[in-house]
Amino acid sequence: MADASVNDPNHPDIRARWGGFAWTAENRERAAAIIARYPPGRQQSAVMPLLDLAQRQVAEETASGGWLPMPVIEYVARELGMPPMRAYEVATFYTMFNLQPVGRYLVQVCGTTPCMLQGSDDVFAACKAKGLKKGEITHGGLFTLAEVECIGACANAPVVQVNDDNYEDLDFDRTLAILNALERGESPAPGSSTGRQTSCPEGGPTTLRTMAVENHDYRGEWA
Amino acid sequence: MPKLTVDGIEVEVPNGSTVLQACEAAGKEIPRFCYHERLAIAGNCRMCLVEAKPGPPKPQASCALPAADGQEIRTDTLTVKKAREGVMEFLLINHPLDCPICDQGGQCDLQDLAVGYGRGMSRFEENKRAVNEKYMGPLIATAMTRCIQCTRCVRFAEEVAGVEELGTVFRGENMQITAYLDAALTSELSGNVADLCPVGALNHKPYHFESRPWELRRAPAIDVFDAVGTNIHLSSRARQIVRAIPRINDDVNEEWAADKTRYAIDGLYRNRLDRPWVRREGKLQPVDWAEALAVVAERMRAANASVAAVAGALLDAETMAAAKSLLRSVGSDLYEHRQAGHATPTDGLAALRFNSGIAGIEEADAILLVGTNPRWEAPLVNTRLRKAVKTGSTVFAIGERVDLTYPVTWLGEDLSLLGRLPAEVAERFRGASKPAVILGEGATLVEGTLGDALDFANTFNLVREGWNGFNVLSTTASAQGALMLGFAVPGGLAELAARRPEVLFLLGADELELQPFAGAFTVYVGHHGDRGARVADVILPSASYAEKPGTYVNLEGRVQISERAVFPPGDAREDWSIFRALSDLLGTPLPFDTHDQLRARMYAEVPALARINAVAPAPWSVPVAPTGASGRATLPVQDFYLTDPISRASPTMRRCSAEILHGQTMAEAAE
Repeated sequence: MADASVNDPNHPDIRARWGGFAWTAENRERAAAIIARYPPGRQQSAVMPLLDLAQRQVAEETASGGWLPMPVIEYVARELGMPPMRAYEVATFYTMFNLQPVGRYLVQVCGTTPCMLQGSDDVFAACKAKGLKKGEITHGGLFTLAEVECIGACANAPVVQVNDDNYEDLDFDRTLAILNALERGESPAPGSSTGRQTSCPEGGPTTLRTMAVENHDYRGEWA
Repeated sequence: MPKLTVDGIEVEVPNGSTVLQACEAAGKEIPRFCYHERLAIAGNCRMCLVEAKPGPPKPQASCALPAADGQEIRTDTLTVKKAREGVMEFLLINHPLDCPICDQGGQCDLQDLAVGYGRGMSRFEENKRAVNEKYMGPLIATAMTRCIQCTRCVRFAEEVAGVEELGTVFRGENMQITAYLDAALTSELSGNVADLCPVGALNHKPYHFESRPWELRRAPAIDVFDAVGTNIHLSSRARQIVRAIPRINDDVNEEWAADKTRYAIDGLYRNRLDRPWVRREGKLQPVDWAEALAVVAERMRAANASVAAVAGALLDAETMAAAKSLLRSVGSDLYEHRQAGHATPTDGLAALRFNSGIAGIEEADAILLVGTNPRWEAPLVNTRLRKAVKTGSTVFAIGERVDLTYPVTWLGEDLSLLGRLPAEVAERFRGASKPAVILGEGATLVEGTLGDALDFANTFNLVREGWNGFNVLSTTASAQGALMLGFAVPGGLAELAARRPEVLFLLGADELELQPFAGAFTVYVGHHGDRGARVADVILPSASYAEKPGTYVNLEGRVQISERAVFPPGDAREDWSIFRALSDLLGTPLPFDTHDQLRARMYAEVPALARINAVAPAPWSVPVAPTGASGRATLPVQDFYLTDPISRASPTMRRCSAEILHGQTMAEAAE
């Protein structure tokens, strides 16, 4: 990928649709609270949370996935009194900000080494079988598939992040089940799909077994 | 003052220095791409690696490493060499091998350093990265595939130019430099980013594919498009000036130049007057020199002493000195340079000058701008003001609201505010240690403003031991020189017109109102067929600033010498020789036969002009000037790109004006 592709930022349709973007009453309060976290004169530090807030508002307004049209980035920059270029730099740097429309569920499959070794290929296969396509909106605005680098849950590899939730310990069938549930409008429980607690060892603890039941002082046993 | 050793050489550097600066102090050359003396430190090219003890056992970027007492720096070890070679290899991975078609070839940092640190061949077998072309306006040509992301241009735009329109978008391998929405940079200093670019990513669009650096002859010259006196090199190939680039002078332009300085030069080869013309039966007819001079001499003999001269904006002191001598020899003292019609007293030089100095204004802590837009009238003074603001100075302004790239408290437009400042503003000036006022030429044109400003200076004690905060911002390169030569009459242009001169010399003067001189026989001595030539009865073609040696005095009173870069086109002659020839025909030959003799006479008359590169002394004396100004000031520069005959003839400047100031979109021809 030589040139990361972005929407034509100055497309008249986008300007017309989003030129009048403004916070909802609720988000205005939230934005004010976020800005108040930073000392006066440093309100530009709030650019990342505000861009995120804006992206979520866009998601609500369009009843689909959130993304950041250029006028929205400019709105956030105006709110913080910074040049639009500086906000645009931030928005392009972080993959969490989408510069193109996405489906209501942004399915981010981790393909980095631990997940790959644990079977992320099967997860991709499941997504493909379901009809998801990388970077495209499918199923009538429901899904967008993306391959991402490490999302920091290697102990539960392979992992998929759907919007704000992680689905872990996946294989072909369980991935398909989650996608089907999402399509039906259900909200499948996030976390491990095998039922293990968080990232505890599979099949129960292998060390510190006594601690699993009750607090235990091992110090007397050290030799 | 940390003391450290660099390759065994002990050096002592000022506090806050970096290891890179210490290495330079020790005479070691450190390769660098992102580091630049006048910009913030970025530390992202990693080319300046050195070994430092104490510190981690790996090479460190010397540009971002503070020099500390007792450090031992090695720049000559194998580790350092290999580390730099590694950096170079990575930089070259994505850099195209298109030096033969790159404008930067021959003046390229990457090319030069690759000789020292590059491998003979590439080990990279993947595809090179390619980046889409960017658009940055009519002055900057881009080839972003060549970019090595040093971010010098981004830092310049943000820190010096004050327009945050350049930025780095995306990340990692996809990182690229772009202008926001691919729009033209709205800075009058944008050309500097092309100079700063260490590779061929940003180039000068007007100079695109023009020539190679080794084909050029460079002449040190002085810029005449504003009164800053930017030090430049005029580079010529064959008989043509192909580019103007700044020379470093920390007292004047640092190492920047405004866009007009750089790019108006293509106007030097358009609309030129290259032969004499005489108006016969209402039409200008080409004639030879002898005939043209005879016509003028005849009219001058008939006019006796009723001869006047108006000096234009781009004139050197020698031309004015020669013209003055000619007028004196026929008994006239009707010479004036203030084309806008100023009639302010000219006896106190200090009251009409930028006394704080261009570098000195950085130290001012409270500044009042009156009827001026320094961003257009003197862009490189504006960068100094921006620096002053960054170090805590407060700027107030009376006049038309403009974007000066730094925060300004606008007090209003009426000039009477100068006499009745709001209490908190007055308080700020009372408490300031180095207060300053900057008067625009538009303001001094309104009667009473100069007097009011002098009162202001008196009230707030602007002139004190070691500090003079009274500044008038001249807009023309000839103004201060003319004032030193006394090329002015007390009543200004109005007095000149009232004396009804029979013969009027326009010395490259194109901006004045000619209606009051309707009856006069007009002789235009100049180089461009502009407004003055259009109404002239005789046109005597002369040399532009690039085609004659000359002395220029900048707005702070600094005397600088410009050399001839090329010869005037066609039959055009150097101005002084025209006056000398005329004087011969009048039977009173002027006492100089060469430019050197003219200079010697000028120096004898005004000794301060002989002190090159020094600020001519101007003791502070308060002239008697009327007070009680009211009304609005008109800014003297209404269009930054089109201010004088040369820039009006320049297609590049016309395009800048249309595109940057008037928002026209230009179709780009496919390359």
